[in-house]
Amino acid sequence: MSTEKRVQLRARVLPWLLLAPQMAVIGVFFFWPAGQALLQSLQQQDAFGTSTEWVGLANFRQLLADPSYLESFRITAVFALLVAGLGLALALLLAVMADRVVRGAGVYQTLLVWPYAVAPAIAGVLWLFMFAPSIGVLSYALERLGVAWNPLLDSGDATTLIVLAAVWKQLSYNFLFFLAGLQAIPRSLIEAAAIDGARPWRRFWTIVFPLLSPTSFFLLVINIVYAFFDTFGIVDAATRGGPGKDTAVLVYKVYYDGFKAMDLGGSAAQSVVLMGVVIALTVVQFRYVERRVQYG
Amino acid sequence: MASVSLRQVIKRYRDQEVIHGIEAEIADGEFVVIVGPSGCGKSTLLRMVAGLEEISGGEIAIGARVVNDVEPSDRDIAMVFQNYALYPHMSVFENMAYGLKIAKLPKDEIRTRVDKAAAILELGGLLQRRPRELSGGQRQRVAMGRAIVRSPQVFLFDEPLSNLDAKLRGQTRLEIQKLHRELGVTSLYVTHDQVEAMTLAQRMIVMNAGRIEQIGTPDEVYARPATTFVAGFIGSPPMNLLRHQDGKKIVGIRPEHLFIAADGWPLQVETVEMLGAERLVHGRLGDGQALTLRVDATQAAPRPGDALKLAVSPDHQHWFDAETQRRMESA
Amino acid sequence: MVERRPALTLLSHLVLILGVLIVAFPLYIAFVASSHTAQEVVQAPMPLLPGPHLLDNYRAALFGNDSGSGSHAPVARMMWVSLVSALAIALGKIAISLLSAFAIVYFRFPFKRLVFWSIFVTLMLPVEVRIGPTYQVVSDLGLLNSYAGLSVPLIASATATFLFRQFFMTVPDELLEAARIDGASPMRFFFDMLLPLSRTSIAALFVIQFIYGWNQYLWPLLATTSEDMYPVVIGIKRMIAGGEAANEWNIIMATALLAMLPPALVVVGMQRWFVKGLVDSEK
Repeated sequence: MSTEKRVQLRARVLPWLLLAPQMAVIGVFFFWPAGQALLQSLQQQDAFGTSTEWVGLANFRQLLADPSYLESFRITAVFALLVAGLGLALALLLAVMADRVVRGAGVYQTLLVWPYAVAPAIAGVLWLFMFAPSIGVLSYALERLGVAWNPLLDSGDATTLIVLAAVWKQLSYNFLFFLAGLQAIPRSLIEAAAIDGARPWRRFWTIVFPLLSPTSFFLLVINIVYAFFDTFGIVDAATRGGPGKDTAVLVYKVYYDGFKAMDLGGSAAQSVVLMGVVIALTVVQFRYVERRVQYG
Repeated sequence: MASVSLRQVIKRYRDQEVIHGIEAEIADGEFVVIVGPSGCGKSTLLRMVAGLEEISGGEIAIGARVVNDVEPSDRDIAMVFQNYALYPHMSVFENMAYGLKIAKLPKDEIRTRVDKAAAILELGGLLQRRPRELSGGQRQRVAMGRAIVRSPQVFLFDEPLSNLDAKLRGQTRLEIQKLHRELGVTSLYVTHDQVEAMTLAQRMIVMNAGRIEQIGTPDEVYARPATTFVAGFIGSPPMNLLRHQDGKKIVGIRPEHLFIAADGWPLQVETVEMLGAERLVHGRLGDGQALTLRVDATQAAPRPGDALKLAVSPDHQHWFDAETQRRMESA
Repeated sequence: MVERRPALTLLSHLVLILGVLIVAFPLYIAFVASSHTAQEVVQAPMPLLPGPHLLDNYRAALFGNDSGSGSHAPVARMMWVSLVSALAIALGKIAISLLSAFAIVYFRFPFKRLVFWSIFVTLMLPVEVRIGPTYQVVSDLGLLNSYAGLSVPLIASATATFLFRQFFMTVPDELLEAARIDGASPMRFFFDMLLPLSRTSIAALFVIQFIYGWNQYLWPLLATTSEDMYPVVIGIKRMIAGGEAANEWNIIMATALLAMLPPALVVVGMQRWFVKGLVDSEK
């Protein structure tokens, strides 16, 4: 990050001119709102929105004591782990298979990559449609198999619905990275292991999987961030946080509290907590990446 | 240890045949070098012995067993790769122990074997290091150590010294020779460097464009090359190959078998290379063909532009048929 | 693979085909649903083969109709809004990032570290985390229900700047030195040398940002309240008014397919650059 080019140009005004557009945009639309969010998290408005008072960390204390907030945290954590775990496992399987196949690998890649283009909200709508209690194709199939299914009433079913939609959408991204990671492993290592007597199964777990760990770790962090933030569309489209509040992930709660329930202070405080989560995850990832082993 | 037999081995890529009927017998405990220019198929041949490439025709046998359909992991061989292929996430010890762990050897046996190999290769203090912490020469020795501990029937070397600098190459060459003297394992060694081939081989297989040009000891190959290719490939500087006036014959003479004399072939000197202990004189004969001769440094050095007369020792002329490029037994 | 095991290769193909089918399944269902009438779709089980109403449904979706209980804004208009804002986001981000990356990599100036870190920080906070105050800012600037309001706040993160920075670092110094000796000014160097060399990165980034912009949901939900400024992704959600039987699922699915079409075309059409850009940008 701190390496620089050996040759640097000297100009007085030009660099600032070049930077001006970006600095302007991030100044107005990033730093100012982020600062505001921090400020608001330390304030509380009265019911009519006519006055604001400084309450210090009261909003945060209230959050931590609020069972529905803690519940939302728990829901989000469970959701994130399920989405990450399932999404990575399935994508890895597909990537390993695609790596083996000499003929047609390109075709498979194209056919597995296109869901990247699907908006989370649309993914939510599609899966809502397939799993809708009375009319959905898949819910019909489940009913024929004797499985009770109603995401409008059962929170387990609702969670399953959003997990499936989220995993489905994220598969192509994970697949791409795993495939690239697999292809980056030098063939001679696999051959050396084969000559050492290792069969494919053992080769995978003792050689390929450890060497894939930077990719795996990176994807784990990305998937967790994805589950925390990019899934708003899925939740809003598929379950609207329901039944009740059972699938209200944290980012959904921020939206709801800020724009539906008009609790600006609380919503801002939640935003700040989420900021903390992202920063922590990003720092962890960069630290690990810095220390990433250089395989010679 | 075991012999290796190559019987009419053929390799085809799609419809293109790249290796045409290789026939060779490598005896138990022999060190055989397969040498040839890039693209001649030597690495492909080695990989077929290893099981990393499929055999399109013919048979390969290790010991008494035909191994055409046997997986690499079951052939009881070890291979030293050009780029070492060390497992980067394992320590030196674990790298060497990997194959033994798979073979389910008991822990103390593994320990003993690794320590022994490490001692032979002077890797003692490096056992806990990772490959990225080692120099090129050390990595190469670890790669060899990994091969040694398995006590396989055959060692396969795929241009192991190509990635080392000149000095290290020389040192490692000696180490490989020493290893073979001590362990005596049947070895197949592939290289494009004829110096490596000459110094390491008990017998050499000279390959060109997917065929064997000659099999023999270094002395045989040097003193009696079977084709013009072998004549020009083995020996540095290369043998002079001159067209005879009748167009049907080619005569080969090594630079060290030409002498400056009072009378003989006329040579116009073009350049002289000073190599310290000797000089290489490059020039042209009367008919325009290029010629190189070696001159000892104790003699006065010829200069560019000089006209010399050269004598040839009759016992050191090699005659080749201009059409078949093969050696003719009589002039 | 090292070994020749036809059984394993067959298994691999089977698994992959299964994966492709599972991934494509929702799309297929949507396609089938978009080709029947609303009643046929709502009656369980829905037929599994396409029906004859494909064109009718798409026409109804694109140009608006009167049945159904959800919103029925013409999808054509919504597609246009999505297109403009996605292009604005992608092109805008690329443009300002190229300039910033150029400044950061090739110039020496005071407070450089501060500038660098302040741009870096924006990587860490997606818009979802600052929606409240961003809404206020946009509202104060009078930019609600406008293309600018939809696009500009989403240009404010530095992912593109970092990609370009990384790429510029790999450009040999000799190029700049030769250009200077030839008398080129910095901007000349930028336009004549850096830009052409960056073509692949720009293409890859365009794909990623276009899709990012097209698929935005939370922000447009807040920033637009009038029907004629909805992007199509919002439009679809609003068609679902709750109580599934009353919704016109065939139209909804037709709209969903229309909404997926442009980004899918971009991804598949520019797949090579996209894959390369995605994988390289995280290194």
